[in-house]
Amino acid sequence: MNEKTKTPKKPKTPRTPMPEQPPFVRARNFLEVTLGYAAEQAALEASRCLQCKTPLCRKGCPVEIDIPGFIARLRAGDRDGAYAVLRQTNSLPAVCGRVCPQEVQCEGSCILGKKGEPVAIGRLERYVADSFAAENGCMQLTGQATCSLPREIRVACIGSGPSSLTVAGYLSALGVKVTVFEALHELGGVLIYGIPEFRLPKDVVRREVDAMRALGVEFKTNWVGGRTILVRELLDQGFDAVFIGVGAGLPRFMDIPGESLIGVYSANEYLTRVNLGRAYAFPEYDTPVTRGRHVAVFGGGNVAMDAARTALRLGAESVHIVYRRTKGEMPARREELEHALEEGVKLEILANPLRYNGDENRRLVSVTLERQKLGEPDASGRRSPAPTGETFDLPIDTAIIAIGTRPNPILLESTPELKLSKRGYIEVDPETGETSIPGVYAGGDIVTGAATVISAMGAGRRAARSIAGKFIGEDAVR
Amino acid sequence: MPYRIVKRKDLIPGQTVLMVVDAPMIAEKARPGNFVILRVNDHGERIPLTIADRDPAAGTITIVFLVVGKSTALLATLQEGEDILDVCGPLGRPTHIEKRKAVICVGGGTGIAAMHHIAKGHHEAGNRVVAVIGARNKDLLLFCDELGSFCPEVLVATDDGSRGHKGFVTEVLRKRLEEDKDIEEVVAIGPVPMMEAVAKVTKPFGVKTTVSLNSIMVDGIGMCGACRCTVDGHVRFACVDGPEFDGHAVDFQELRMRLGQFRCEEKQSFDQFKARS
Ligand SMILES: Cc1cc2nc3c(=O)[nH]c(=O)nc-3n(C[C@H](O)[C@H](O)[C@H](O)COP(=O)(O)OP(=O)(O)OC[C@H]3O[C@@H](n4cnc5c(N)ncnc54)[C@H](O)[C@@H]3O)c2cc1C
Ligand SMILES: Cc1cc2nc3c(=O)[nH]c(=O)nc-3n(C[C@H](O)[C@H](O)[C@H](O)COP(=O)(O)OP(=O)(O)OC[C@H]3O[C@@H](n4cnc5c(N)ncnc54)[C@H](O)[C@@H]3O)c2cc1C
Ligand code: SF4
Ligand code: FES
Repeated sequence: MNEKTKTPKKPKTPRTPMPEQPPFVRARNFLEVTLGYAAEQAALEASRCLQCKTPLCRKGCPVEIDIPGFIARLRAGDRDGAYAVLRQTNSLPAVCGRVCPQEVQCEGSCILGKKGEPVAIGRLERYVADSFAAENGCMQLTGQATCSLPREIRVACIGSGPSSLTVAGYLSALGVKVTVFEALHELGGVLIYGIPEFRLPKDVVRREVDAMRALGVEFKTNWVGGRTILVRELLDQGFDAVFIGVGAGLPRFMDIPGESLIGVYSANEYLTRVNLGRAYAFPEYDTPVTRGRHVAVFGGGNVAMDAARTALRLGAESVHIVYRRTKGEMPARREELEHALEEGVKLEILANPLRYNGDENRRLVSVTLERQKLGEPDASGRRSPAPTGETFDLPIDTAIIAIGTRPNPILLESTPELKLSKRGYIEVDPETGETSIPGVYAGGDIVTGAATVISAMGAGRRAARSIAGKFIGEDAVR
Repeated sequence: MPYRIVKRKDLIPGQTVLMVVDAPMIAEKARPGNFVILRVNDHGERIPLTIADRDPAAGTITIVFLVVGKSTALLATLQEGEDILDVCGPLGRPTHIEKRKAVICVGGGTGIAAMHHIAKGHHEAGNRVVAVIGARNKDLLLFCDELGSFCPEVLVATDDGSRGHKGFVTEVLRKRLEEDKDIEEVVAIGPVPMMEAVAKVTKPFGVKTTVSLNSIMVDGIGMCGACRCTVDGHVRFACVDGPEFDGHAVDFQELRMRLGQFRCEEKQSFDQFKARS
């Protein structure tokens, strides 16, 4: 280990807090919760970095951003240089700065975290991306010189989530013609239809997509891979490679009585109505959502937090998150959990639903829960819940189920040559991202099951690299 | 890519509209039983409509819709030459068409248009198709001539007896099932109570009965579960597992209830629209 980093001193400056809307204000609006650093705050936070020779943070980053590198440039007042460093390995820095679970990635590895608080790497990343975008138009954003290739190389991406956008960003910067086919009417995948406005403003996603458009990426919405166009047809039409990044959208239900009662939503439906359909502005926008007064959300991940906080903003009087284990086992980003609690979301831990109860019109009126206790740690290292037999009712008019997803069947069924894993996800070569069909690559949630934005981007990068290596040459690979 | 309306016709003035829409990729791929999801404008809701016909050579699809609320009323305001913002498809599993001696295709109201495409599919597969269609009165019957062009028989029922049998399609259907032992499948598309009644009639005959469920949808590609319905005790997603299911296994009561889940919001939205226009 590096000399200088062996004995970290307790840092003099504390971690610079993030300006936020106060909980009581933000709990009723859809504006972004965290406001972002101002220039001075960013400079102060950047000054905390020790510029380690062997930076642990970088190892913790799935796309290996040169973290001390971008922080050094920021410190030197070279914000554009800092942005260039971020863009070297990350096509969506403004998004990642907002939604990555930094506490288990870069910040979780930062040496300062051993004794005190780690450098706020995510906030700095966001600052650099936002302030760069604020001052530079799209043209400059993408002012990278695109090299001209000896022949036109064309790549199709199916789906427009972070994995596909990364493939598109990476390859188009090398001069490859990329066409993205998206089934929905808006681009960005979960970043658009899942993660709410107050956490990731849609303009941020749109800006990143526009930057890619300016690089020459062609986007086609309302194109369903496997329905409007088949993978085989794309290859036949002259695409050199196809990347499948369709996500794992099919929501899971628990298969307990009452799940089809009116008022029971999957988190995907609830969030899609509100985010993609802008149901928070109904009737100005046409997509409706019922505004529950007493809401329970089932699950403990980011999706559950987003659904709960959305329900509050739609005017709910009470919102409970019902989770089988305890707070410590919740897989959500810490910041999201804390934000939710500050805003007034209540936890009902060690509880599992047995059935939903409806009235004569099949409208939800309550849920019967069973108290759980924690048993031995399971395969994932988390202590698994066990039923106690004690039951109780929670009166609710809206239930939102956020217990995970399964692979979406549309593309898979129409492409029977694709080899799938036992769990039904696409199998790929872990080095290259190539599937069992030569020239067809896949990555993101459709390979790993529901994961994170950055891991989807990592997969996109891997696939893009091997596509570039194969069709342009090894020296094109960065 | 604009989805241009190349032809627009009021089939029943103020109520039912036919549109032929430019959508070459969808026209090429569409099969009987498929539907599209469309959005009229950038504030619009995603609504599903069945592909009632297609013309791959012209690159067009036909949709026929009943004006029931804000989105369909808004769609109806569009004229020939104007564009629909988003049209996505073809969605849903196509109708499973097997070689049969004879098939009865039952259509009610606007459902006749959707049924027409399926009847055509059966006809093209060499099956003898008996069409049974019903409406309140003769002026509300759709697609009679189109069906007549390939079905050897088109049986009609109207509530008021202004044409064909006076009464319900189910009465015509039952009589036919009693007389015609070659009928190996019944397909029914129309209002939920009609499909439910058809399934009740065919049950004792043991004839395979296919119904097309019109549950509320959002994405139409299997990502939200809004369209879920119970078939044979299992949760199925109408947009990717259907929309056609075994009529004898569908929980119709649940479907009816779920179709009403946004009634207050829909009324608010439609009232506001009517007040503005
Ligand atoms: C509510 C919510 C909150 C989350 N919060 C976080 C967070 O804070 N931090 C984090 O790191 N991760 C978070 N995640 C997880 C993260 O968003 C996903 O892991 C990531 O988006 C996966 O990216 P992807 O590229 O695989 O696909 P997705 O983002 O799922 O995008 C797939 C796209 O493909 C489209 N598609 C599907 N089928 C087809 C088809 N047949 N043809 C064409 N297009 C198709 C879909 O419409 C979609 O646009 C969250 C997820 C959700 C749902
Ligand atoms: C697979 C499928 C195919 C369909 N094909 C046709 C067709 O060919 N012709 C036709 O006239 N109608 C068809 N429908 C029904 C049509 O989608 C609805 O009439 C339409 O969405 C109503 O929208 P609205 O805003 O005008 O009315 P609203 O006032 O919003 O609703 C009126 C009623 O329509 C239903 N509805 C509302 N929103 C939706 C939605 N997003 N998805 C489905 N149903 C909804 C509800 O039962 C509601 O009570 C089909 C539905 C499905 C699921
Ligand atoms: S962010 Fe932390 S680990 Fe990374 S270089 Fe700075 S002090 Fe070291
Ligand atoms: S409409 Fe969303 S899953 Fe069927």
